[in-house]
Amino acid sequence: MFAYIVRRLIYAIPILIGVNLLTFVLFFVVNSPEDMARSQLGEKYVTAEAIENWKKENGYDKPLFFNESNKGLSSVTETIFYTKSVRLFMLDFGQSESGRDITADVAQRMWPSLALALPTFAIGIWTNICVALLVVMFRGTALDRGAVVLFVGLMSISYLFYIIGGQYLIAKMWRLVPISGFDASIHAWKFLILPIVIGVISGIGAGARWYRTLFLEVSHQDYIRTARSKGLSEITILFKHVLPNALIPILTGVVVVIPLLFMGSLVMESFFGIPGLGSYMLDSIERQDFAVVRSMVFIGSILYIIGLILTDISYTWADPRVRLN
Amino acid sequence: MSESVLIIRDLCISVGSKQLINSVSLDVHSGEIYALVGESGSGKSLTAMAAIRLLPDALKVTSGRVSVKGQELFGLKEKQMQEVRGRRIAMIFQDALTSLNPVQTVGDQLSETLRRHLNLNSEEIRQRTINLFKEVGLPDPERRLSFYPHQMSGGQQQRVMIAMALACQPEVLIADEPTTALDVTIQKQILELVVKLARERKLAVLLITHDMGVVKNTADRVGVMYQGEIIEENPINDFFENPREQYSKHLINSLPDMRHYRKSDESQTPLLQVSDIKIHFAIRKGILQRVKGYTKAVDGISLNIAPGETVALVGESGSGKSTCGRGILNLDKLASGEIRFDGQRIDDLSRSKMMPYRKQIQVIFQNPYSSMNPRMTVGEIIEEGMISLGLKLNAEQRSAKVDELLQRVRLDLDSKRRYPHEFSGGQRQRIAIARALAVNPKLIICDEPTSALDVSIRAEVLNLLLELQRDFGVSYLFITHDLSIVPHLAHRIGVMQNGKIVEQGDTEQVLTAPQHPYTQSLLASVPRID
Amino acid sequence: MKIVVLWSDALIFLLVAVIATFFWNMRKDKILTERWRQVFSSRLGMVAFVVIASYILIALLDSLHFRKALEPVEGQPADQVFYENRATSVLDVLMGDMADENERTYSAPFSLKSFEKVNMKADDGSSIRDFPPLVHAGKHLDDPADKPADIVKQTFIALIIAIVVCAFWIGPQWYFLRNSELPWKSAWIAQAVIILVFVWLIYVGNLYHVLGTDKAGNDVLYKSIKGIRTGVLLGTLATLVMLPIAVTLGVCAGYFKGWVDDIVQYLYTTLSSIPGILLIAASVLLFQVYIDLNPDFFTIGLQKADARFVGLCFILGVTSWATLCRLVRAETLKISQLEYVQAAHAFGVSNYRIIKRHILPNLTHIILITFVLDFSALVLAEAVLSYIGVGVDPAMTSWGNMINEAREELSQEPAIWWTLAGAFFFMFTLVLAANLFSDLVRDAFDPKTVDGGAKA
Repeated sequence: MFAYIVRRLIYAIPILIGVNLLTFVLFFVVNSPEDMARSQLGEKYVTAEAIENWKKENGYDKPLFFNESNKGLSSVTETIFYTKSVRLFMLDFGQSESGRDITADVAQRMWPSLALALPTFAIGIWTNICVALLVVMFRGTALDRGAVVLFVGLMSISYLFYIIGGQYLIAKMWRLVPISGFDASIHAWKFLILPIVIGVISGIGAGARWYRTLFLEVSHQDYIRTARSKGLSEITILFKHVLPNALIPILTGVVVVIPLLFMGSLVMESFFGIPGLGSYMLDSIERQDFAVVRSMVFIGSILYIIGLILTDISYTWADPRVRLN
Repeated sequence: MSESVLIIRDLCISVGSKQLINSVSLDVHSGEIYALVGESGSGKSLTAMAAIRLLPDALKVTSGRVSVKGQELFGLKEKQMQEVRGRRIAMIFQDALTSLNPVQTVGDQLSETLRRHLNLNSEEIRQRTINLFKEVGLPDPERRLSFYPHQMSGGQQQRVMIAMALACQPEVLIADEPTTALDVTIQKQILELVVKLARERKLAVLLITHDMGVVKNTADRVGVMYQGEIIEENPINDFFENPREQYSKHLINSLPDMRHYRKSDESQTPLLQVSDIKIHFAIRKGILQRVKGYTKAVDGISLNIAPGETVALVGESGSGKSTCGRGILNLDKLASGEIRFDGQRIDDLSRSKMMPYRKQIQVIFQNPYSSMNPRMTVGEIIEEGMISLGLKLNAEQRSAKVDELLQRVRLDLDSKRRYPHEFSGGQRQRIAIARALAVNPKLIICDEPTSALDVSIRAEVLNLLLELQRDFGVSYLFITHDLSIVPHLAHRIGVMQNGKIVEQGDTEQVLTAPQHPYTQSLLASVPRID
Repeated sequence: MKIVVLWSDALIFLLVAVIATFFWNMRKDKILTERWRQVFSSRLGMVAFVVIASYILIALLDSLHFRKALEPVEGQPADQVFYENRATSVLDVLMGDMADENERTYSAPFSLKSFEKVNMKADDGSSIRDFPPLVHAGKHLDDPADKPADIVKQTFIALIIAIVVCAFWIGPQWYFLRNSELPWKSAWIAQAVIILVFVWLIYVGNLYHVLGTDKAGNDVLYKSIKGIRTGVLLGTLATLVMLPIAVTLGVCAGYFKGWVDDIVQYLYTTLSSIPGILLIAASVLLFQVYIDLNPDFFTIGLQKADARFVGLCFILGVTSWATLCRLVRAETLKISQLEYVQAAHAFGVSNYRIIKRHILPNLTHIILITFVLDFSALVLAEAVLSYIGVGVDPAMTSWGNMINEAREELSQEPAIWWTLAGAFFFMFTLVLAANLFSDLVRDAFDPKTVDGGAKA
C-alpha cells in the first residue's frame, strides 16, 4: 500500500510537468507577452513604451527560456519560464496581474467554496442513491418507467435554468432566503441553503439515472440469483447485496472529484455571490488575469491527481478483490 | 418405494407466444438423485428455475403445478415463497465464483441464510456455519469464515455453495450443472460430496446436467429432455442398458470409448520438433514496477509431431497447454528453447520470414463465438488467410476454393454470404476448420475445439477432423482438458501439469498403464463405460 | 447576390457528407442495420429522431449564407454591385421579415405596445408619457381591440397552410413506406406537429412578436430559432474534431501497447488532470486575443464571430478526447485479445489490415454512443460557457447568450420572462430528444449498457 502511494506520487511528477509545459505553451508561446499586454491595455494604438512598462510591472520583461545577459544559474532562473512556471512546483503562485498575492487569496477563498461544494456533493450523492434505490425497488412497474422519463427530462434542462428558476421562485417570489451574498460566520447557512438545494436538485436527473442503471446491472448478476434462492427478501437483497456491489463503480466516479471540491463551482458561486475559488476563477477569466488562471490550472491538476490516488485507495476498501501493488 | 418429495406436473413455460417447456412432469423421492439430462437449450434449467419460482420476468408459467411434500408452490404469495426458498428447496449453481457475492465473506453469506430461516443467536449461527463448512470438507473451517470467494479455489467455492444450500436442512436440492465449470479431478470430489450428503440427509436431489459421465456416476433415475419435453424417463441401469429413444442412444454413445486406441507409426521423420521451450510472463512489483519474477507458463516442453499424426496435449486449466500452442504459432515469445518445422528453425524468424510458415501451421480456437469477427461474412472470413498469405489466387479462384471448403465441412454454399451469428456453435467450428484448411496447412493446432460444444455435436466435429486428416494428411496438435476424447483421436499424448509435460508416450500405453501419479488421478476421475 | 461560405458552413456540410458515407458503408453490415432497426422500431425513437432531424434541417438551412445585393444608388456605375454588410441565410428568407422587424426595446409577447414608457407628442401637441405602439406588431389591424379575434383568424389561416404543406410532405412518405414494419405513423404525427408549430410560428410571427422582443428590440422568436444553428453545429462539430484524435490514439495505444500505450496514457492523464473549464476558458481567451489582434482577416462581422465559433469547436474537441480515448483503448485491448484477432495474426494479416477489418468495425458502437451522448452535453455546455464569457461570440445568436441576457431581466419588475422562455423551449426540446434518442441508441448498441460518460 505504502509502496503503491509512493509510486503514484512519483508518477504524478511527469504529469504535473506536462501540465506545466502545456500551460506555459498556451500562455506564453501561442500568445507572446506583447500580445497580452496589448489586449490587457485594451487600446488599439498603445505605445511601445506602455507595453514595456506593463511587461516590467508584471514580470514579463524577461526572455522565455534562457537569459543570455545573466551568468550561471540566474541565466535559467531569470526567465519567464522559471519565474512563472517552475515556481509553481514550490507552490509559489506569485502575484496576480492586479497585484494581489495569489496564495493568500486561494487560502482565504477555499473555505467558502468548500462550505458550498461539500454539502452539495454529500447531500447530492445521498439523495441520488436513495431516489435510485426507491426506483429500483419498483422496477418493471409504471413508476419505474415514469421515473426514468422524469430523470431524462430533468437532465435535459440546463443547469442555468435551475439556478435562475430557483432564485426567482424561492428567493424572489417566496422570499424564503436572501437572493445572494455571503457571511463568514455561522450565519452563512442562510446564504448557502438555496445554492445547495438547487445544486442537489439539478443533479438528480443524471445522478439517479446513472445509479439506477448500476443497481439494475448488479441485480442481474448470478450472486443476486443465489441470494434469491436462499429465500432472502427483496429489501435485504437490495441493501446487503446490490448496494455494496454497486458501490464499487459509484466510488470510481465519485471519489476522484472530492479533492476538486476545493475549487468550488464557477457558475454557482458567481450567481449567489459566494466569495469562493469558483467566483475567483470567473473574475480572473473576465479580467483576463492569466496569472490566476495559470495557478488555478496547476492547483486543479494536483487535486485531480490526489483524487485519482484516493479513488484507488477507496477501491481496496470497497472491493476485497482489489489489492494495490 | 419412498414418498415423492418434489412433484412437478404438466409444467408449461412460454415466452411471448413461443412455448419453451411443454408439459413436463417428474417426481423426485427423498434420498434419490434424479438426473435431468439434455443439451443446451433443451429447457432443463428453465424447469428447475420454475420449480423454485425464479424464472426471468419475460418468461411465464402458463400451466402446471409444483409441490414440495404436498405444499403447492404456485399458489403461494411471494412472501411465503421466500420462506420456502432456502428452507425447503435449495439450489446450487454452475459457476460458484459468479454465484457468490464477491464483496461479502463466505461466512457471512452462509450465516445470512441461517439467520433468515432459523431462530438462532449469533454464537449458534457461528457454530453451525463452522459445522457446515466441516461437513462439506472445507479445510480449517474457522479460518475460512472470513474468506472472500475469490480467495478460494473453484472446488472450495462450490463446497461453500453446497454448504449454503444445505444450511437450513431443505428437503429438496436442485443442482444446476454443479460441476461443469470445474476441472475433472475436482469435479469428481464435488459429485462424491453431493451423493454422500444426499444419502445421509435423505435429500431429494434434482441434478441438472449435460454430461452423461456425471449421470452414470451419481444418478438413481434419469429423465432425458429434448426440445422442452421429457422424452424418456428410466432408472439408471435400465437407461444405460436399454435406452428407448434414438436420442438417448446418441447421448450414451457420446461417452468415451476407452477400449480402442489409434496406433502410432514411429518410423516417420518429425514435421514439428519442439525442444525444451519456455514461455515466461513477467511479474512486476515494487515502487518502480521492476520485473521481480516470472510466471513460468511453459517451463521446458519438448515434443515431436510426425506428418499425419495427432498428438494430444492434455492438462487442467492453467497448466500452460494453450500458451504452448501460442508459442508454436509464434504469437508468444519464447524465453528459451527452439522450434523446428520441417527441419527449419522458426521460433526466431522475423514477421516476413515467418510468412511462408504461417501457411503451414494453422489454428482452431476453443470459443466458436469469439473466434470469428462478427462483422465479416463467412466468405470473407475463410478468404482472409488466402489473401494475406499471398496464395496467388484471383477472386474467382478464391471463391471456388471457398465453395469447395464449405462442401468439405458440409455447410451450404450460400453460407458464405451469411454472418457468423447466424450459425450454431458446431457450424461455426466447421467454419473455423474451413478457414484453417484454406491455406493448405500441414499442421493444425486445435485449442480445445470441442469443449464449448454439446456432446452430440462434439462427436461430429471430431469425426470431421479425423476424416480431413485421412484425406489431406494434416497433423494435429490437439490441446484439450478432456481426457475422454483422446483415445479416439490421438496417436500420442502428453500430459501437462504446471507448465511441464509429466508424462508422454503412445496414447494406449499412457492411458492403460499411467506411470505418473497425476496422470493416474486424471484418469481416475474420467467417467467411462466399462 | 453573393454566396458566402463561412468556415462553420463548410465544416457542417463536410460533417453531413462524412456521416452519410458512414451510414452508406454501414448499410452492408447486417448487425448494425439490425441494431438501428431496433432503435427505430420504438415509437419514442422515431419521434425523437424526427425532432432531432428537424433541428438539423433548420441548422443546415441556416448554414447556406449569401449577401444580398444593395439597391444601386444614384451615380453608381451600372456594372458595379455593392453587397449588404451582413450575411443572410436561406432560413432567413423562409422566415420572411422577422429578422428586420426591430422595435425600440422590450415588448411582451403578442403585445402591440412597447414595454417601457417614453415621452411622446400627443395629437394635440401636448407632451405625454405612455407606452408607444410597436412598429411591426399588428400593423395590419385597424383597431387594436380586434387583436384576439385576429389571432384566432390568423391561426386558422396558418393551420390551412400547414395542412397543405403536410399533405405534400407526408403524402409521398406514406405512399412509399405504408407497408413498412417500423412505426412510421408516429414519425408522421411528429412531423405534422412540427410543421404545424413552425408554420404557425412563422406566419403569426410575421404579424406579431409571438415571443416579444428583447432589450434591443429584436424579435425573441427569431433569435430562438437562429440559436438552433449554433447549438446543433457546436454539438456536432466539436465531436467531429474530437473523434479522429480519440480513435487514432486509443486504437494505437490498445493495439500496439508498449511505449505507444505509455505515451498515449500519459497524454490523456495529463490532459484530463487539467480542470476542463479552465483549459477551455484559457484557450478561448487566447484565441480571442488572436482574433482581436488580426482584425483584417474578416470582412464582415459574422465572419469574426464565426472564427471564434469554429475556434471554440476545435478547442472543445481538442480538450475532450481523453474520455473517448480511454474507452477506445480499453475496448481495443479487449478485442485484440479475442481469438479472431489471434487467428488473423496466425494468418500473417498485416497490422494495418487487422485494425481496419477487425478492430475499427467493432468499435463503431462506442463511437456512435459517444457521438449521441456528447451532442446533448455540448448543447448544454454552450450555455454555461457563454455565461462564463468563453462561449460563442456575444454577437452570435445562441441560447447561452440569451440566457445570459435573461438573468438580469428576470429580476426586473414586472419580470421579463419571454427571452428565457424562448431559449428554454427550443433548447429543452432538442436536448430532451437527443437524450431520449441516445438512451435508445445505447440500449441497442451497447452490449452492457453502461454509462461510460459518467465516469470521471
